Amino acid sequence: MSILIDSNTHVIVQGITGRDGSFHAKAMLADGTKIVAGVTPGKGGGEIDGIPVYNSVKEAQAAVRVDASVVFVPAKFASQAVREAADAGVPLIACITEGVPVLEMLQTYYYVRERGVRLIGPNCPGLISPGKCKIGIMPLRIHEPGGVGVISRSGTLTYEVVYNLTTSGLGQSTCVGIGGDPIIGTGFIELLEMFEHDDETTAVVLIGEIGGEDEEAAAEYIANNMTKPVVAFISGRSAPAGKRMGHAGAIISGGKGTAEAKVAAFAAAGVPVAEKPDEIPGLLKERL
Amino acid sequence: MKVHEYQAKELLAEYNIPVQQQEVVDDAAAAGAAAERIGGEVVIKAQVLVGGRGKAGGVKLAASRNEAEEKAGEILALTIKDLPVEKVLIAPAAEILQEYYLGMILDRTSKMIVLMISAEGGVDIEELAVSSPEKIHRLAINPTDGIDRTALVALLEQVFETVALRKQAESAVEKLYRLFLEKDCSLVEINPYAKIENEQLVALDAKINFDDNALFKHPEIEQLKNPEEYSADEIEARKHGLSFVSLNGNIGCIVNGAGLAMATLDIVKLYGGDPANFLDVGGSSSPEKVLHALKIILGNAKVNGILINIFGGITRCDDIANGILMAMDQIEIKVPMVIRLIGTNDVEGRALLTERGFLVAERLSDAVEQVVKQV
Repeated sequence: MSILIDSNTHVIVQGITGRDGSFHAKAMLADGTKIVAGVTPGKGGGEIDGIPVYNSVKEAQAAVRVDASVVFVPAKFASQAVREAADAGVPLIACITEGVPVLEMLQTYYYVRERGVRLIGPNCPGLISPGKCKIGIMPLRIHEPGGVGVISRSGTLTYEVVYNLTTSGLGQSTCVGIGGDPIIGTGFIELLEMFEHDDETTAVVLIGEIGGEDEEAAAEYIANNMTKPVVAFISGRSAPAGKRMGHAGAIISGGKGTAEAKVAAFAAAGVPVAEKPDEIPGLLKERL
Repeated sequence: MKVHEYQAKELLAEYNIPVQQQEVVDDAAAAGAAAERIGGEVVIKAQVLVGGRGKAGGVKLAASRNEAEEKAGEILALTIKDLPVEKVLIAPAAEILQEYYLGMILDRTSKMIVLMISAEGGVDIEELAVSSPEKIHRLAINPTDGIDRTALVALLEQVFETVALRKQAESAVEKLYRLFLEKDCSLVEINPYAKIENEQLVALDAKINFDDNALFKHPEIEQLKNPEEYSADEIEARKHGLSFVSLNGNIGCIVNGAGLAMATLDIVKLYGGDPANFLDVGGSSSPEKVLHALKIILGNAKVNGILINIFGGITRCDDIANGILMAMDQIEIKVPMVIRLIGTNDVEGRALLTERGFLVAERLSDAVEQVVKQV
C-alpha cells in the first residue's frame, strides 16, 4: 500500500485549460495517472489531449468516477475551486496554486474539514506514489517505488531530496508536499501517523523549514508515537530574522520559528537532522 | 506588508476605534505649525517601520511651537535601525492613566485568530509575554463561528475594572476583528490601548501587518505601501514576479522554489561561501524572469560569482536555459557562473546551454563547491 493514493485513484484537474494545468495534466497522464477529466468554468464540452473538459466538478462527477482533484486555478479563485470540489464530496484535493490569501485558506480549512474532505496544500507540489499515481507537478524520472515516505513543506527541495534518495537506491512509498503557506490543509503529524500505519513504508523523511512551530510539534509526535525511523532536514538555517523567505510561511518572527529551535527539537526526539540533502540517504541507511 | 503608525491609526479611525487627533509632517517647520494647531503639549513620534522608536530617541514631548520645531528637527535627523526617519506624527500629549494591550494575530499552529488583551501594556509587552505569559489573556476565535461573546465578556472582566471600560473594549474588539477580516490582516496591535481622562480608552499606538497574498483585493491598502519596507532591488524584483531578499555576501543566487533557495544558501554557507541574496524565480518561470533575475543580481557590485540552481517541476529547464541565453545576448556577464539544471525538460535545457559552451552541473553539492572555489 501507499498512503492517500494508489494505482486506481481517478483524478480530475481543476483549471485544466491554463498553461500550467494543461502542461501538467499531460505530464500526469504520461506518468500513468488516471486523469479522467478536467474542469474549467465556461470551457465545458472541449478536450485537452483527449481529456474531456467540464464546466464544473459536479458535471465531471456525473460523467466519470472522481477520487481526487488537483487544483491549478489562479490564486484569486483557488479557494473557491477547493470549496467547489469539497461541496461535490471529492475526498482528496491537492491545491498546487501559490499566493492564495491566507484568511481565505483559514476559512477553507474548516470548510473542507466539516465535509470530511482531505486537502493537501495550497502552495504545494502535490503528492506521488511512484509507479502508481502522481497528483501534482513533480518532474518525471526522479522517483522510484520503494519504502521511504517523504513529507515536505517545500516543492523543489523535495525533488532534491527524492533525487538523492533514488540515486542512492532508496525508493519512495508516497511523497507529500504539504505546502509552504501559514495555513495548510494537512500537516506533518497526520501524515506521520499514516506512514506509521502504512505497511509499505519503512522509514520517513521530514523536510521542514523556518517559520511556525509545526516541526517542533512533529518532533514531539515522533518521539512519542513513531516506531519507524525518521530523518529530518531543515532549510533556512542561514536566513535572517524578520524577512519572508519566499514562502508566506517561511519567516522568523518574534523569536519563533528559528532553524536552531527546530534542529534542537528533532535532536531531543532522537531524529537525526541532515545538513545537506545528499546526507539524507546515508542517515536513513544507518537506521534501516 | 507593514504600514506606519499614522496609517494604522487612520484605518482604526475608519472602523470607529477611538484614536487621537493627529497630523503627519515631513519637516520641522510644518511640525511647529501642526503643534500650534493642535495646541497644548504635544508628542512627536518618528514614523518608521521598526519597533524600539522610543528607546532610539524617536519620541519626544514639546510644549510650544518652537520646541516642537526643534524636537521634530532632531527626530527627522535620526536613522533608526538603518531606516532614516522621513515623517513625524504630532498628537496631543495625553495624560495616560493606564496602559493596556490589545492585539489580534493569525495563529498558524491552532489555525485560529487569537485575541490578546493585557492590563499591562506598554513598551515591554514582549518581555511580559516571556516573563509572565499569564498576564496576557487570550481568546481563540474560529473564523467559522466568530467571537464567542460570553468568553469575551468573561475575559474583559479580568482585565478592565469598570463596566464603562469593558463596554468600550468590547466594542473595540468587535471592530478590530471586522478590520482584521475585511482587510486581510496578519497582525493588528494597539499598544498602548490607553486609559486617558474621563475613563476613555484610546489607541495611542498601533501596528498593522497585511497578508501580501491578499493585497490584490485591497488596492486602498496596497497604495499605503511604503517603499522603505523593501530595498530598491527587492522592489525591482517584485515588479517582475520574483521573490528576492538582499543579504550581505558576494555569491548571487538564482533558485526556483523557496525551500530549495533557502537550502541552497545554507549549503553555500556550509561550503564556506557567502550568499549575496535569496532569489526565488517561482514556478512556471518564463525566460524573461530569468533575464530580470540576472539583471538584478548583476546590479549588486559585490557579486563576483553566480550560482543558478534549478530543479524543474512546474518550472521547465528549457525556459530557464532560454532566459540565460537571452540574458547573455543583452547584458555582459563578467563573473563566473555555475549552472545546475535538473528536472522537467532538463535534457532540452542542458542541450541549449552546452551548445553555447556553458558548464552545467547535475549535483547541487558539486555546483556549490565550484562556485565557492571560483569567487
